[in-house]
Amino acid sequence: MLDVSIYRYNPEVDQEPYMQDFKIDTEGKDIMVLDVLEKLKAEDPTLVFRRSCREGVCGSDGMNISGKNGLACVTPLSEAVKNNKLVIRPLPGLPVIRDLVIDMSQFYAQYEKIQPYMINNTPAPAIERLQSPEERAKLDGLYECILCACCSTACPSFWWNPDKFIGPSGLLQAYRFLADSRDTATEQRLANLDDPFSVFRCHGIMNCVQVCPKGLNPTKAIGHIRNMLIRSAT
Amino acid sequence: MVTTVTSLGRSGLSDWMIQRVSAFVMTAYLVFIVAYLMTTPDLTYTQWAALHSTLPMRMFSLLTILSIAAHAWIGMWCVLTDYITVRLIGPKATALRIFFQLGMMAVTLLYVVWAIDILWGI
Repeated sequence: MLDVSIYRYNPEVDQEPYMQDFKIDTEGKDIMVLDVLEKLKAEDPTLVFRRSCREGVCGSDGMNISGKNGLACVTPLSEAVKNNKLVIRPLPGLPVIRDLVIDMSQFYAQYEKIQPYMINNTPAPAIERLQSPEERAKLDGLYECILCACCSTACPSFWWNPDKFIGPSGLLQAYRFLADSRDTATEQRLANLDDPFSVFRCHGIMNCVQVCPKGLNPTKAIGHIRNMLIRSAT
Repeated sequence: MVTTVTSLGRSGLSDWMIQRVSAFVMTAYLVFIVAYLMTTPDLTYTQWAALHSTLPMRMFSLLTILSIAAHAWIGMWCVLTDYITVRLIGPKATALRIFFQLGMMAVTLLYVVWAIDILWGI
């Protein structure tokens, strides 16, 4: 039997959050953490968590699994269980709405700040804006981000200043548009980032790289943004 | 774009560059002083005073002191804006943060003036 400890908080009933212990029979199988949560929800329907695709694509079920942020649907028990115990908490640093569900407004507000869309006011060509294979290759490792918030909520700089520091996820996306040959707003995008908070609160501790379930490298993208700022401002 | 008036260089890039350059200067000074002490085992006060009374050495020392001041200003400003915030400790945080920031700036500038006085008083 696997011991599972889960963060519970229902603001309508509970004075404060608490950890609830469960025991669950996994039949010795190396199932995913999400499967464990589904089994528990069958036992206790009041348990609340987000989920959708159950295959690491939608980014809904980001949570803190035995101390490390990750997607419950693609984290097997063999990676998450320590001493026969699985501890599940919501992603840290953002307000908890209920149980494992957090309010991601601040995360999305930062994403909105970096203007996550193509800006190009030149007349559109008849069919499409073309890119060479080399130009397209620059977007690899950037476009794959699913906005699960595992990285930003693992970042102390984002914990302390979620209203000012864009955070690793937003900055990865910022570089995705800075690096895009079809985007023409590079100067304007860089000007919006050159303050002591937006980019430069990153001190390069690389928690984001350690937790990203898609294996992306926000710290490297932030380094590229810094180099672009140096090139344009010196 | 987040506006700031108490950071040293006002821009994130400027602060970042000052932090890196000042770190380099401090490292160079440390290496020099350690090397000097290791190559001069029987150091006397006269030798030590003679070293520090030359103009290049005074300039190197002053550059290092200015680097320490700038480095500390940026570092302390980061720490204060991380932890003394309305979000973490409530509405009194802004007044408290400004108090600590101005205090930190005053202490840093006083140390610089004091250091110049010592360097040129040898």
